[in-house]
Amino acid sequence: MNPATLPPLVPALPELMLALGAMALLMFGVFRGPRFVHVISGLAIALLLLAAVMVVYLPGGTLTTFGGSFVVDDFARFMKVLALVGSAAAIALSTDYFDSLREQRFEYPILIVLSTIGMMMLISAADLIALYLGLETMSLVLYVLAAIHRTSVRSSEAGLKYFVLGALSSGMLLYGASLVYGFTGTVSFSGIARATAEQTSMGLLFGLVFLFAGFCFKVSAVPFHMWTPDVYEGAPTPVTAFFASAPKVAGIAMFIRGAIDAFPDIAPQWQQIVGFVAIASMLLGSFAAIGQRNFKRLMAYSSIGHMGFALIGLAAGTEEGVRGVLIYTAIYVAMTLGTFAVILSMRRKVGYVEDIGDLSGLARTHPALAFFLAVLLFSLAGIPPLAGFFAKFYVFLAAIKAGLYALAVIGVLASVVAAYYYLAIVKIMYFDEAGEGFEPMSAELKVVLGLAGLINLLFFVYPSPLLETATSAARSLF
Amino acid sequence: MSELLADYFPLVVFIGVALAISLALMIAPFIVAYKNPDPEKLSAYECGFNAFDDARMKFDVRFYLVAILFIIFDLEVAFLFPWAITFGELGFFGFWSMMVFLAVLTIGFIYEWKKGALEWD
Repeated sequence: MNPATLPPLVPALPELMLALGAMALLMFGVFRGPRFVHVISGLAIALLLLAAVMVVYLPGGTLTTFGGSFVVDDFARFMKVLALVGSAAAIALSTDYFDSLREQRFEYPILIVLSTIGMMMLISAADLIALYLGLETMSLVLYVLAAIHRTSVRSSEAGLKYFVLGALSSGMLLYGASLVYGFTGTVSFSGIARATAEQTSMGLLFGLVFLFAGFCFKVSAVPFHMWTPDVYEGAPTPVTAFFASAPKVAGIAMFIRGAIDAFPDIAPQWQQIVGFVAIASMLLGSFAAIGQRNFKRLMAYSSIGHMGFALIGLAAGTEEGVRGVLIYTAIYVAMTLGTFAVILSMRRKVGYVEDIGDLSGLARTHPALAFFLAVLLFSLAGIPPLAGFFAKFYVFLAAIKAGLYALAVIGVLASVVAAYYYLAIVKIMYFDEAGEGFEPMSAELKVVLGLAGLINLLFFVYPSPLLETATSAARSLF
Repeated sequence: MSELLADYFPLVVFIGVALAISLALMIAPFIVAYKNPDPEKLSAYECGFNAFDDARMKFDVRFYLVAILFIIFDLEVAFLFPWAITFGELGFFGFWSMMVFLAVLTIGFIYEWKKGALEWD
């Protein structure tokens, strides 16, 4: 037996740096105590942004390491930067909330960093085992985060629900992975692709379906969405903001890489599944959100719907479709983080409020906040010239070019229905009686809201950086 | 045939030795042990609880904590065994891989110690 040798570590440098940084922060926090929560949050954000810079400045082209199970291509770079920025913003959103509840925990930013390492492993995973490792590293932290207010019944319930359903979905994913391994004899995506090119069996399709069920759970696509509203409502609001942003990026990345890299030759088979999931998610996200009174619950249904729209691009199965998904995901993260910055600033003297009715007359009490929320809601509804319109435009365009007319038409109709509840909030803010004002916003919330609002407002002026990086990212997969 | 049986002869010896030792250990207490009968000694042992009681009662979360910490270090040891057996063939990289793994676990251990997870009160 030859002794194992050190694999090249350069492609995984950002992950290694984050892991070391997270451990150093953990030691700092546990020895220096909770007085340094803000320092640790700041350092964690710096660490995440530094990792994003490192991802961008890694050597170009496609790098692989760890026996081919870890791939850094333009697709991975794009998704990793998105996940890192989303996580950093989620930490920034959290500080004010935990301060005002006097629930500061230095573990919170460290847990987010650890979860982000899992996401990056997931985005780079090029075989089923690496994929599962990344997925569990990410998810285990998410279960803990959902229950981080351990004295609150709602938070504990959210954590427990998420854990039980997450374990179920991991089980399905693993069952699917074992079937795929059994029928192809390999766990690596390229090996599976080679094996399926030669012959396809019923068992492999069963494995594929189970694998996709696990993927769907993680991106909260119908019919595996049931956990989303309860967990989003029960978890503390900054945690919900985090759930809705970075893990969704990683989930979509896993979905795309799993489908495109591992099963390119049986695309017609999985296109049906993804197409159905996309339609069901769009429709449920649109109709179920109409009756919601709680803003966080509404955002849960909204995120289900948006994942449906994003999956249209994957259902197309083309390079252009993947590009559409990437653009959609990037813009979705900006919209969601901005909206959650608004939800986190809904604080009165009595504490945080979450009902949509509490926003009534916001245009008179806080005109700037109302303006930014209106921009974000119009963008979520997909009204031109805001960024959300372009996000939908590119996935629908890809669907039309791939001949999926029904999918595109249903998508447009669902987005019209969804526009109703977004615009209803705008109506409440601008035309209803003014209620009691909110407490002043913290600087971090203002920065995140301002950036997200401006990205959505001004995307059409200078869209080329996002479009070009998304194009090269999509090309690296084909 | 007899050769085959001869191969199993050491097993017979072991069974005999095991029988002798265990019987000795079981019988010896009846003769030499200090006797102090107590009904508690005969009751079923269930981690400090009454064995037959309502299952839906509050009990200390620290039992879980100990169990979880035990599992972590138990797995660590289980992982160390194959490493230790092939130690000679693993080389430099194999050695330091395990050292990194142990260092990461140690960081977790320091954290739980400082947080007071190892204190019972």
